[in-house]
Amino acid sequence: MSASRPEPTVAPVAATPARSPGRAGDLLQRFGLVAALLLLVGLASVLSPYFLQPGNLVNVARQVSIIGIVAVGMTFVILTAGIDLSVGSMLGLVAVVTALQLRNGASPWLVVLLGLALGALLGLANGVGITLGGVPPFIMTLGMLVMARGLALTIADGQPVSLGPAKEQFQWLGRGSVAGIPVPVVLFVLVAVASAAVLRLTTFGRYVYAVGSNREAARLAGVKVRGITAAVYVVSGLLTGLTALIWISRLTVGEPTAGTGLELDAIAVVVIGGTSLFGGEGGIGGTLIGAIIVAVLANILNLLGVSPFTQQIVTGALIVLAVLLGRARR
Amino acid sequence: MAAAAVPTGDSGARLGEVVLEMRGISKRYPGVQALAGVDMAVRAGQVLALVGENGAGKSTLMKVLSGAVLKDEGEILADGVPAAIRSPQDARRLRIGIVYQEFSLVPALSVAENVLLGRYPHRAGFLDRRAMAAEASRVLGELGVDLPLAATVGALSVAQQQLVEIAKVLAMEPRILVLDEPSAVLGGEDLERLFDVLRRLRDRGIAIVYISHRLEEVFALADMVTVLRDGRVVETLPVGALDHAGLVRRMVGRDLADEAWAAGTEPAEVLLEVEGVRRAPLLRPVSLQVRRREIVGLAGLRGAGRTELARCVFGADRRDGGTVRVGGREVTANSPGAAIAAGIGFVTEDRKREGLILNLSVRENVTLAGLARLARLGLVARGRERERVGRLTERLRLKAAGQAAEARTLSGGNQQKVVLAKWLHTDARVLILDEPTRGIDVGAKREIYRLLREIAAGGAAVLVISSELPEVISLCDRVLVMHEGRIAGELPGGTTEEAIMTLATGGVR
Repeated sequence: MSASRPEPTVAPVAATPARSPGRAGDLLQRFGLVAALLLLVGLASVLSPYFLQPGNLVNVARQVSIIGIVAVGMTFVILTAGIDLSVGSMLGLVAVVTALQLRNGASPWLVVLLGLALGALLGLANGVGITLGGVPPFIMTLGMLVMARGLALTIADGQPVSLGPAKEQFQWLGRGSVAGIPVPVVLFVLVAVASAAVLRLTTFGRYVYAVGSNREAARLAGVKVRGITAAVYVVSGLLTGLTALIWISRLTVGEPTAGTGLELDAIAVVVIGGTSLFGGEGGIGGTLIGAIIVAVLANILNLLGVSPFTQQIVTGALIVLAVLLGRARR
Repeated sequence: MAAAAVPTGDSGARLGEVVLEMRGISKRYPGVQALAGVDMAVRAGQVLALVGENGAGKSTLMKVLSGAVLKDEGEILADGVPAAIRSPQDARRLRIGIVYQEFSLVPALSVAENVLLGRYPHRAGFLDRRAMAAEASRVLGELGVDLPLAATVGALSVAQQQLVEIAKVLAMEPRILVLDEPSAVLGGEDLERLFDVLRRLRDRGIAIVYISHRLEEVFALADMVTVLRDGRVVETLPVGALDHAGLVRRMVGRDLADEAWAAGTEPAEVLLEVEGVRRAPLLRPVSLQVRRREIVGLAGLRGAGRTELARCVFGADRRDGGTVRVGGREVTANSPGAAIAAGIGFVTEDRKREGLILNLSVRENVTLAGLARLARLGLVARGRERERVGRLTERLRLKAAGQAAEARTLSGGNQQKVVLAKWLHTDARVLILDEPTRGIDVGAKREIYRLLREIAAGGAAVLVISSELPEVISLCDRVLVMHEGRIAGELPGGTTEEAIMTLATGGVR
């Protein structure tokens, strides 16, 4: 059936000035998000005079960074129309393993490498199961969620692993600061900027969008779909490993239950940030703002003395609302 | 739906009586007159064959009959009384049963559950398994086939599934039975069995409309034949009054192509060599060659294996055997990546699902297959990318709101140009195109032809799959015709539609 539509009465492409890449809907969405965030911040500063105090803002920023780094990794995965349910458990496992090594006197630098490598390796396992094994991402990472948590509990014998004397040498990551800015916040900003650049400027980033938008068309254009798919899970694992290191540094203890439920928070942030669960639409900018919105909301509700139970209701409603707004815009 | 069982086959009409008549049916789609004043009459106890080329309007006509598509003009009479068919429910009420090409079976359910789908006998809301088995076995018995009622449909052969599909339609007690190319999935014995069943149903007074591409079947089964061409009825006549050649002439006998064939530049050395490429179940070992500066057409009916061949050559589907060489070098890996690296480009039939990524920009689509050549250390050189895409879009005279416009916002012709630009960007030396002008308006078609000639003249080997015979004849330097998974013959450029159709329908030249 030939549904021919009228030719756009616009000059040929070559004649128009080239613009920076823009998915129009994406920009609109991001603009809406920024507006929502500004509205929320304005509201917060009116409702509580304490909100804009530097101490409180730093506190909010710190909360943003933990969930934010994981959510950045999740963004890569969701852009390919995948999902990573195992981030919380991977965080627990990496936390326990690295805490044990620190307690046993391993060098902090080696432990950092170990944590990152372990995270990446767990992500690779997810990626291989999904691409070579053909296991759906939901199932593969659900399996990893249960396995990694079990492994963490086994290794730690169900007990929190204290860093012991090593905690003094390993506190910079979670408690230090650079020019007055907490290290986790600095790391989050670096991770977000680097990731945005990767998605925007590299062939890998382009392929991530292509695979998430139309797997078959990407394959027929010669894109190595399996490789790209596996790689996003490695990114997610790697960033989860980094988060685990910040986590144990901050708490000076590696709990086998650390990060429980983190996957849902991360997915919520990505979705609020406008990235489509069907893949191909969205990006790091949205995730960044999504993370800030969620943290600011939690903070202001805390400041107002709203019970944590009520907070859950509000956050849940926000997730649905964000998606509804995203749909309405299309 | 009435639960009361009318015995299958009791049409309530005397043999030979017109049970359904379509008069002056017209249907227009944007840019295409799909049907123009079509008349068709179906009689009880008669098999009417509906034939025509791809796009002649057969499927649209049947969709009007089934209520899936609303007609613009014309009327439908059932037993001489005007009948409104606005939905599939209306068609069902008139006891019109249609067996579609695509099965509507639920693979996980049993034969009995599929046959009676949507009309399960029940007692107080509980499934009455015994009644269901009895009813299903009655229908299958009427059909004269023996299938295990409890077997899962997904585990049956395609031929058996076809029979279940027919049984499912028969269970609704149709007076008029329409089969849309049922033979596409059946071969030899299975087809003979199906014909036996259809003859039995016909003798019982059911009116049968049989749509097929294969003319042998028309002669084997039908009493009358209605030939459609370009949305009009060419002629309705008894099958006995025709021979193979006469039928072919009526199917294709339109005015000559609006653009006469002209010999292209002299072809040079062989660039693409396909040797013994095969893939079960359809593709027999196929060999062909395309030279530099040559456009070769690949004609044939739907299901003849043309798309399968193209996909195997490109590595989109794994080939079971055979070799592909480009410029004498074998393309060893069986993947699109390897084919692209060897200089092959593939314009797919389904532009929107396989050719383009609709939510990405024109620029991103154009460079997707050759992004690495614009990148250093994984970083895309965006200035060079813009410049390159600008030059290609200019050359192809692409009309879009800019390089950043999403591919989905473009017209069909311009979308196809984006796909062509993608392969120009990779400097493809061999270009394979599957129905490159489908769904494209006339003006854009000409531009595509011009571009293909230009690409060939520039030193590429071009292989074009097309079901539009005038296109094949006027565009190609040579035409290969496929039939049932193999190349049935080769014709020179400027050949006739009759010659192509004869080979394509299994005739001998």
